[in-house]
Amino acid sequence: MAEYKCDQEELDRRFQQRIDEEQRVEPKDWMPEKFRSNLIRQISQHAHSEVIGMQPEGTWITRAPTLHRKIVLLAKVQDEGGHGLYLYSAAETLGATREDMVAALQSGEAKYASIFNYPSLTWADVGTIGWLVDGAAIVNQITLQRTSYGPYARAMVRVCKEESFHQRQGYQSLMALAFGSEEQKAMAQDALDRWWWPTLMMFGPHDAESANSAQSMRWKIKRESNDSLRQRFVDQTVPQAEYLDLRIPDPDLRWNEEREHYDFGKIDWNEFERVVSGDGPCNRERITHHTQAHESGAWVREAAKAHEEKRRIRNESAASARCSQEVA
Amino acid sequence: MNKVEQSMKTVDHMPLFEVFIRSRRGLDHKHVGSLHANSSEQALEYARDCYTRRSEGGSIWVVRSSDIVASQEEDASSFHDPMDDKPYRHAAHYVLPDAISNM
Repeated sequence: MAEYKCDQEELDRRFQQRIDEEQRVEPKDWMPEKFRSNLIRQISQHAHSEVIGMQPEGTWITRAPTLHRKIVLLAKVQDEGGHGLYLYSAAETLGATREDMVAALQSGEAKYASIFNYPSLTWADVGTIGWLVDGAAIVNQITLQRTSYGPYARAMVRVCKEESFHQRQGYQSLMALAFGSEEQKAMAQDALDRWWWPTLMMFGPHDAESANSAQSMRWKIKRESNDSLRQRFVDQTVPQAEYLDLRIPDPDLRWNEEREHYDFGKIDWNEFERVVSGDGPCNRERITHHTQAHESGAWVREAAKAHEEKRRIRNESAASARCSQEVA
Repeated sequence: MNKVEQSMKTVDHMPLFEVFIRSRRGLDHKHVGSLHANSSEQALEYARDCYTRRSEGGSIWVVRSSDIVASQEEDASSFHDPMDDKPYRHAAHYVLPDAISNM
């Protein structure tokens, strides 16, 4: 084969051209190191969010009000674990290892969605998480189905397909509360009051202040800006709250005829910074729980490995016994 | 056929490879067929010659058929059945009012 010598600039140019032509980048393609490290960061953080996200809902599995709600919640939390797996695998196609990613999560070096650092205090929180948090995740993930890295895009297609059940079961569960007794309705309102603003923060800082946004948009890792995704979420969620006759806790929220979008109030970015940098209500609890679960599961991994080794030795000796029989 | 002839026959057979092709970037590799080859490198070249004569794809995977571990349809009752009675895993299971579109 002929030897091609390309300088960095030329490789970069061809890479960008491929992106501009809406072609996907696949694992064995040449890619800029920064593209690779950016993606590993984003995909692994996305994976961590799925896995840590199992905690605020998982805590309600034993206390779900009916058997039906319980099996639904079990199925949903199981899905989230699966989504984590799809995403970790996508990051692994870029050369990241599972061990390193998990270690980065547990040491606090890697982030995950700040929303999961809030506690789920009542049963209404479970429905609200499905409706709002999964709803916001879907808005973001739908656009990521067109992200430029093939394995990430394909993982998103699978995730979106499954995620729709999550949001619908959440909304339906909230309908039961909102159309129920006074106490139930108050519980739903209280959950909305606590989850609304943290959900809006899920889309990240305003475009102008978002550190990684510009390059990620050029590389089409990100397909739409934080602010435009946030606006879409607000626009589609307000009528859903109105149907439930629940009040969104924002006095500045109103329809803007001219923009044909809802205007909404200022987000408390100090709170966002605090929670992202480790000082939210549940940060330590989430990581402690993850680390404990990981460590107390170590014996299962060791046992599985030992079992496999035993089986291998047994098969080998059986094979050699067969062999000597045949020779005889 | 005696034992020696039989074992020579298995040596004569080149191992079987399964071929997967990605027709376009962004799509999954799809199984397209199989072929015999002496090595994975050879299998890759044969696959190119057999399965991409009309530019069917830019990326080929070849995998030794013997390396594929597959579930059997006969085992479906014990292997897959538990999924059949979980309709609540599907979005359509949750009936929402018409007023709530877009979910």
